[in-house]
Amino acid sequence: MANQVGAVLTPGPGLRRRRRTDRLMRASATAAAMLAVAILAIMVGSVAVHGASQLSISFLTENPAGGSLVGLAGGGIANAIIGSALLVAVATAMALPMGVLIAIYLTELSTPRTARPVRLALDLLNGLPTIVTGIFVFGLLVASHGQSGIAASFALAVVILPVITRTTQEMLLLVPRDLRDAAHALGISRWRTITSVVLPGALGGILTGVVLALARAAGETAPLLLTSSIFSSHTTLNVFGAAIPNIPIDIFSYSESPFPVEHAKAWGAALVLIVLILVGNLTARALLARQRRRLGVL
Amino acid sequence: MPGVQADKKQPPAAPSRPAPSVHVRGLRAFYGRAERVKGIDLDLPANEVTAIIGPSGCGKSTMIRCINRLHEEIAGARSEGRVLLDSVNIYDPAVDVIAVRRAIGMVFQRPNPFPAMSIFDNVAAGPRLSGVRRERLRQRVQDALESAGLWHEVHDRLSQPALALSGGQQQRLCIARALAVEPEVILMDEPCSALDPTATLRIEELLDDLKSRVTIAIVTHNMQQAARVADRTAFLLDGELIEVGPTQEIFTTPRDRRTEDYVTGKFG
Repeated sequence: MANQVGAVLTPGPGLRRRRRTDRLMRASATAAAMLAVAILAIMVGSVAVHGASQLSISFLTENPAGGSLVGLAGGGIANAIIGSALLVAVATAMALPMGVLIAIYLTELSTPRTARPVRLALDLLNGLPTIVTGIFVFGLLVASHGQSGIAASFALAVVILPVITRTTQEMLLLVPRDLRDAAHALGISRWRTITSVVLPGALGGILTGVVLALARAAGETAPLLLTSSIFSSHTTLNVFGAAIPNIPIDIFSYSESPFPVEHAKAWGAALVLIVLILVGNLTARALLARQRRRLGVL
Repeated sequence: MPGVQADKKQPPAAPSRPAPSVHVRGLRAFYGRAERVKGIDLDLPANEVTAIIGPSGCGKSTMIRCINRLHEEIAGARSEGRVLLDSVNIYDPAVDVIAVRRAIGMVFQRPNPFPAMSIFDNVAAGPRLSGVRRERLRQRVQDALESAGLWHEVHDRLSQPALALSGGQQQRLCIARALAVEPEVILMDEPCSALDPTATLRIEELLDDLKSRVTIAIVTHNMQQAARVADRTAFLLDGELIEVGPTQEIFTTPRDRRTEDYVTGKFG
């Protein structure tokens, strides 16, 4: 009797093999997941190690020393920080209203049949290599009018439009159908329902999308190479005028320079950019968590 | 708040004129190809409570969502037939759907106050959009909250978020919100199914007061509730109206065998 019970409970060869496979698969999946964290840590770490020596108040507040890449020490990237902020702000101002309107169309107004092509177009746009976006804007604006802030912002706007649309759409879908019913039943028109009930409910989420889009746009380089690739020691604020210095192009220019002192500046600029983007992404996550909690109360 | 204090516990507006009656005629409702309401004729007599009972999925909710044209908001949903408010067909192309919904209010299964709004703003949401001015708005909100039996519980915290209220209070807030638009008919879609017995009782008591002003239809799963609150009861099965009559009759001497089986609990 005891033997039989023992036979049932003792693992046979088949079960032992399955257990080994199970352990192996679990270990590889865990390792892969840790590798992702490690890659990020190593990358951020090496940028931090190389760039930290550059970081100083003057690096953030002064324009580059000298007029061009001549290997002068000192100076900073203030004009590029301002330039990047400006380009990204203008790009967001262009993409945000359109992205929100598209999201409203997709969630509130379209039928499944009309939504499908729009959603597909956005997915394709999202997957479009940004150098292609850059070359498109180059042909459209730069070839005829030269490089300019507005051309660069337009290219960035095309890049972030799907990001804003997607996050906004997801947030609108989180707003419960009950609330739309309640508003309709009060005789509130469809558009008023959207502006006074649905959008306020999704506001936190839309902000998340905007922050994500800002972070994405701030790091985009390919479109800028074709629309606003300038290295200069001046601050340019006129987006309709000439090309505007910006962080990604500074990193690129410094790293191509023959002078080691400028390689160090490339690392420093990279560190500034990466910190800005990390802060942006973390802010977005915090906003999103807050939004989920608020709607989760329902 | 001095103005509010001044007019004490004045009962909310006495019935100025009788509420209209509702006549559903040949109503059919579809979700895509599926027919959920299969040709219903039903009257909701003025100033009475009509309960609509029947097993899950029999088309009760779908039917009342056709009475304020909310059914058509669902993608792929449509309906046929007529719904007369007194003598006006609310599906007439000349009739504005917004006007229909302002005349025929609705309270839903789960309390659904607007989460981003305060208690006051929830009740004010409807009247605000029809251009009720600030001074009048305050009075309108108070009247609605009084009619919903909620004023005394919330009068000193109108600016707090609506979600701070209990489930039962939230549902009475939703009733107040519907009343603030001054509808003539109120449709209730299982309004107590998410509430505890005490909160349920409070809402049932409300119905008795409200029917002096409005015509009421209440969908309910709970036959005791129908027996307690309704003047008339309609029994639906598979999208068809099996029987309608005075509540007493439906529960004691139904004419149709299926009604009898349902009210005696043989199925459901």
